[in-house]
Amino acid sequence: MNEPPIADKFAAFEELIPPLDDLNTPYREALSRGELILQQCQSCTSYQYPFESFCYECGSNLLEHKVSRGQGFIYSFVKVHQPYHSAFKPFIPYTVATIQLDDGPRLLSAMLDLTTEVKIGDRVKPRIEKITASESMLMYELERS
Amino acid sequence: MKNLKQKYCIVGVGNTAYGKNPGISQIAHNVLAIRSALEDAGLTTQDLDGVLTKAPTSTFPMLWGPKIAEALRIQPKVTATLDQAGASNIGLIQYAISAIELGQAEVIAISYGDNPRTGTRASYARPRGDDALAGLFGAPSSYAMVAKRHMHEYGTTNEQLANVAIAHRTHASMNPGAQFQELFTVDDYMSSRWVAEPFRLLDCCPVSDGGAAYIITTEEKAKELKKLPVYIEGIGQAHPSWDFYRRPELATSGAKIAGKMAFKSAGLRPADIDFCEIYDCFTIVPLISLEEYGFVDKGEGGSFYEEQRTHIGGELPCNTSGGLLSETGMPGTQLVVEAVRQLRGEGQDRQVKGAEVGLVSQQGGIMTTHATMLLSNQGIHK
Ligand SMILES: [Zn+2]
Repeated sequence: MNEPPIADKFAAFEELIPPLDDLNTPYREALSRGELILQQCQSCTSYQYPFESFCYECGSNLLEHKVSRGQGFIYSFVKVHQPYHSAFKPFIPYTVATIQLDDGPRLLSAMLDLTTEVKIGDRVKPRIEKITASESMLMYELERS
Repeated sequence: MKNLKQKYCIVGVGNTAYGKNPGISQIAHNVLAIRSALEDAGLTTQDLDGVLTKAPTSTFPMLWGPKIAEALRIQPKVTATLDQAGASNIGLIQYAISAIELGQAEVIAISYGDNPRTGTRASYARPRGDDALAGLFGAPSSYAMVAKRHMHEYGTTNEQLANVAIAHRTHASMNPGAQFQELFTVDDYMSSRWVAEPFRLLDCCPVSDGGAAYIITTEEKAKELKKLPVYIEGIGQAHPSWDFYRRPELATSGAKIAGKMAFKSAGLRPADIDFCEIYDCFTIVPLISLEEYGFVDKGEGGSFYEEQRTHIGGELPCNTSGGLLSETGMPGTQLVVEAVRQLRGEGQDRQVKGAEVGLVSQQGGIMTTHATMLLSNQGIHK
């Protein structure tokens, strides 16, 4: 199987990748396989992100990794015009959205290369792009695109 | 503030020059502001037995209270640095009252000073929340996310946000100490550049050097001093979240709970308030704060500002010295200083006539911490 090429415009995100640790390694390995995983509590069934050694809802340590389809909707968003970091410069103005996942957690995500205006309530799905040989980045795009 | 042994007052206020202030260290802003507040009260460093402080935003030093105390050449009985970001300025007053009630101290200084305008301001562009890969850097983008949600739920407009900034600039134009005094129009606002939509440049407070301080003591001691005592009538706080986007309702804040707590402890109602000094790092914050306090219905904050009801001379003057948006972008200590000046009648051209009760609203993080304080010049509970 051929590795998909890493687009130049995404390689610059490498320096923003946080260091690996015990908690985020499985998440990052899954992303590099093209999958989004969340933690699911085996005591209360809730899903969570970011990862922890305990359940935020009930405190249980019975957590398992579950693949999530990652779909949800835009709860709010902004369109950033300021070049805060060079990696995002080619995308300015770019959208950052608060995504309300169908599985429960909320997360922040970049929405890059949008060709239409987005609005609150729009359905979205994950877009996973390779940024190094072993690391990928989670972004979001409109479900209809 | 029932159930306390005595009443507590702010007896001295002071500040260093706001804006661009090269050559003045963070310590110097704190020391000079405290010395100015002591002089205002008719006290000296030798009267101080407590130093409480909020850490500078641009760096986060350890043991900041003892360091400021040493720079004042005093050995206080009480120090503390509180980590509630912009809400700390009121939280520290609560700590001061507790220390005095416990008999540990009688006269306590509270200060803040920083020099991000001429010194380092790297922390201002750090990613917000955990994930830099999401592209959310700097406070404006995060507050803009709150504003966008408020616009979606209540139809709040950029023209209404412009009117928040214009109201505060109008007041700053009457304040010779304000960093920005030049008036602007809604058109000027609409042609200022986007920072993070829905925010334009004029939605955002400036980065400012400066220091501000106040002195807290008992009513008994206050009556011996030269200035009219300003009574601390009620304090409340609330802390809805850490990562702002996990707050279930993004277009709300801790002002609701903190406000109820403060009004209850003071035995006052919103209708008793003559003016407000509201943390306004971005235009959306005071608009939401007025709603959460119950001065207007939820969703009506925008039209309240648009109808100029917060101007001096209007029904509820707000941010009489220009607020963070125009007087100084410092995180809130200056709002307490301005409330005290108003209650003493020292507001000069910007004085609210007949001001007897004022509300100070402080918040920090991304509307993730909140504190509210009610002040008066009358000792209402006598
Ligand atoms: Zn659980």
